[in-house]
Amino acid sequence: MDVYLPIANLAVNGLVIVGLGALTGLLSGMFGVGGGFLTTPLLIFYGVPPTVAAASAASQVTGASVSGAFAHARRGGIDYQMGGVLVAGGILGTGIGALLFRLLQSLGQIDTVINVLYVLLLGGIGGLMAHESVTALRAQRRGTPLPARKRRHHPLVASLPLRWRFYRSGLYISPLAPLLLGMATGVLTMLMGIGGGFILVPAMLYILGMGASVVVGTSLFQILFVTMATTMMHALTTRAVDIVLASLLLLGSVSGAQIGAQFAQKAKPEQLRLILAVIVFGVAVRMALGLGYRPDEIYTVVPL
Amino acid sequence: MIARALFLAASLLLLGGAREPVLVPEISQHEIQVRQGFTGADLLLFGAILSPEGTRAMQGTDIVIVLEGPARSIVLREKQKVAGIWINADSTEFRSAPTFFAVASTRPIDRIIDDKTAAIYELGLKWLQLSPIGVIDPAEQRRFSAGLVDLMQRQGLYQQSDFAVHTSGDVLYQARIALPSSVQTGTYTAETFAIRNGRVVASAITRVEVRKEGFERFVALNAENNGLIYGLFAVLLSVGMGWLAGRLFALV
Repeated sequence: MDVYLPIANLAVNGLVIVGLGALTGLLSGMFGVGGGFLTTPLLIFYGVPPTVAAASAASQVTGASVSGAFAHARRGGIDYQMGGVLVAGGILGTGIGALLFRLLQSLGQIDTVINVLYVLLLGGIGGLMAHESVTALRAQRRGTPLPARKRRHHPLVASLPLRWRFYRSGLYISPLAPLLLGMATGVLTMLMGIGGGFILVPAMLYILGMGASVVVGTSLFQILFVTMATTMMHALTTRAVDIVLASLLLLGSVSGAQIGAQFAQKAKPEQLRLILAVIVFGVAVRMALGLGYRPDEIYTVVPL
Repeated sequence: MIARALFLAASLLLLGGAREPVLVPEISQHEIQVRQGFTGADLLLFGAILSPEGTRAMQGTDIVIVLEGPARSIVLREKQKVAGIWINADSTEFRSAPTFFAVASTRPIDRIIDDKTAAIYELGLKWLQLSPIGVIDPAEQRRFSAGLVDLMQRQGLYQQSDFAVHTSGDVLYQARIALPSSVQTGTYTAETFAIRNGRVVASAITRVEVRKEGFERFVALNAENNGLIYGLFAVLLSVGMGWLAGRLFALV
């Protein structure tokens, strides 16, 4: 099924794109991450121009996180106050990200920066997750429960001025901490076309020390609004949002997300996390090799 | 009309250009519409070559057809290995790199014409005039040009095919040139050259218009001019589809 993408300026096989969306949607439903970290590189690999890929992947993450966010909202799993601060930071971050994107693009280093960011972030977080889930699984097998981790925010967070009470998260911390965290994910969303969930969730747990019951819902809430802002930002600056490409991706990912969510209810969370860790780590290794091996294309053309 | 034709024939004879043949080029379609399902187009470029007297004139004549798309200014970046990783380390700018360039000929160009003439008429990818911006040393420029040509050739956007022009009955010629789906919109010019004894004896130009039509045109225009509404629509679409899927699957 050939579909012509009017912004990317090329014909693609529509079924491949829907399948790609379904794959990442499945991951997002199973693990609560956006799945953008897979969509963008795969689209680029398929021949879609990198800017169009990043811009259109953002709207796919929006679609995939909507139903998840609704589900968590019904269960009261969202701290709206914390989410609001994160979103504000995230929107500031997309603005900064747009400026950075333009700067790096004019320097010609955007792809290198994106690749290095992928390797560092995915490698680091994939490694951490793998380590954690393996220890958890081992402890289960031995039958001795892990000593409960003391929930505490990072000492750096405590040193920030101005303190707010976040009741649902059970925190009394400076709003600057989530604001900065939101900004960082906003920048990454704009640059990499990812939702940032896989960075946000661990950061909320281990840096802010939020209660686990509101972490996933609040992260989905933040991702939802930040990817919406990213789509707008791309539509206004790079003009690279391909609505046809986005629709195809959405078609696959929203259905994939639902199926993934049903899988997730049956599986053990530790196993799920180990699988996600392996996937994330695999993508990071592939990207690291890509930086070191001679690329297929030595030359790239950019319109002046 | 007849008088004019007679006058033309007579003047051609009188001008001593009696042996210069006349080219009558044509193209299978003068407009290519890029709309949903567009996967590229196959253009048939054909025509006739006649002597001024109206007789067959192909004997000893070679045909070269150059189809060229709209030019644009580009930055060409080159990756090099720096500290173990491949990064864009060098770049050059070209003022007029064609977005599409295809050359078809009856025989290999270097057997039809000498290098100097080929360069003047841009007959062949080797002779592409890219107009580099700024001072650039010739060896480096050759390296970049070769890199661009190689890249575009593998994307099907630059083509050079010897023996792709077929002739019949010493009067008709035809060639097929394939445009991939990734062609840019704009005016394409097809220039046909008749070459005899290493000299261009006749040339003629036809044009093809490539344009987006219908929905594709609508989307491209709005993405460019109404960013705000376009963006809002994309956001609404993604939220709507996500919500709808949640609703539908809740029923299952």
